[in-house]
Amino acid sequence: MTQETKIDAKSAADARPPAIEMDSINTWFGDFHALKNVNLRVDLGERIVICGPSGSGKSTLIRCINQLETARDGTIRINGTALAQDASGARAARQEIGMVFQQFNLFPHMTVLENCTLGPIKVAGKPKAEAEKIARAYLDRVRIPEQADKYPAQLSGGQQQRVAIARALCMQPRIMLFDEPTSALDPEMVKEVLDTMIDLAKDGMTMICVTHEMGFARSVADRVIFMDHGEIIEENSPELFFKAPKSRRTKDFLGQLI
Amino acid sequence: MIRDYGLNEFFFIATAIQWTLALSLIAFGGGILGGLIIALMRVADAKPFRWFALGFIRFFQGTPLLMQLFVAYFGMAIIGLPTNPWIAAAVALTLHASAFLGEIWRGCIEAVPAGQREASTALSFSYWVRMRYVILPQAARIAVAPTTGFLVQLIKATSLASIIGFTELTRAGQIISNATFKPFIVISTVAVFYFLLCWPLSLLASRMEQRFSRATTR
Repeated sequence: MTQETKIDAKSAADARPPAIEMDSINTWFGDFHALKNVNLRVDLGERIVICGPSGSGKSTLIRCINQLETARDGTIRINGTALAQDASGARAARQEIGMVFQQFNLFPHMTVLENCTLGPIKVAGKPKAEAEKIARAYLDRVRIPEQADKYPAQLSGGQQQRVAIARALCMQPRIMLFDEPTSALDPEMVKEVLDTMIDLAKDGMTMICVTHEMGFARSVADRVIFMDHGEIIEENSPELFFKAPKSRRTKDFLGQLI
Repeated sequence: MIRDYGLNEFFFIATAIQWTLALSLIAFGGGILGGLIIALMRVADAKPFRWFALGFIRFFQGTPLLMQLFVAYFGMAIIGLPTNPWIAAAVALTLHASAFLGEIWRGCIEAVPAGQREASTALSFSYWVRMRYVILPQAARIAVAPTTGFLVQLIKATSLASIIGFTELTRAGQIISNATFKPFIVISTVAVFYFLLCWPLSLLASRMEQRFSRATTR
């Protein structure tokens, strides 16, 4: 309750619409009810971590935000505008939203630089030289400027994921979605990716991260959301979430992590 | 009058290879263009395109090529065009190749990992940008071997055009066989010519398949 009033006061103060507003979202895969009446509101600049057991609907939730999955009912607003169902409307909304995947999904037949410039050139219509300048700036920011001319297969997993982050940033999105960005990485590479994400958070990017990295949640998140069986079970500040979880299921989940 | 099977007759058959090759190349060239359109429609976001492509493929896969040749040949007369075996054979084989290549390439497009499509969508690429720059370059690598394999099938399939009076390799063989009454030796000659056309292509296809499987199992 206090959480809600705090957010309301904050958004009223800067009079901007929330970055993301999801209102009673329901999603089905065949007979499987993947998201059950989900409500979520994310303000500009907020960092949200979503956790929960596998199959709980975390990925589905963030994939609904950029319409990789379609919600059967409910409404989603991005920066105050309701998501359009038609293809061009969906594309316009996606330009505001960057996404990073568990499996990186880099384009294997293109160099790192080409991966990063394809969107700015073909979608945003930027000249090649300008797109490359932007791409090099972001590659610098994720600390792999020297890999620009290599192919994804020549890079380590951690480097590939940082390229994926740079590629998403090159579209200059206002919101970044992370779908288990460190789950496919060898342990020694997790930190370099998390550090990149922490940098991004410090710059005020609106971020929604599905992750099991509880250290990251503790140090970066404004709010932690726990999901189970397609429902949001608990929503709290990281201190309270880890110290005094409200629900039994959250306690069980946190117990299993350690 | 019965002719002997001599050098003249042999060269008559040999020169007909050019018509088999010409018809194969026309059908293959047209099939590449048509197949690309059918494959792209088959994986389009809009349902009407997908349905049209599916119907087209099902029709040409579900009816004999011989019947398709007859329909093209006699269909020309019905719509008031002069019947021409060249055009009828070229049209029928092109449509046939379009359907089969379309279905082969649909498989290749779908073999590109789903994550590539998702990443393109998340970067708000249009269907064209996604296909042209992300999906098709990766699908093309997978497609080279089965496409070469289909070309072998297509060369052999042109033999059916002999039935509507198109004088290619098989028809030339029939003419000589009827004149010399030596069907076994004549048809064997024809078979050897087909083999010489197809075998190098088969070798090429299997070599490319091996190279591809090595490249992907790594």
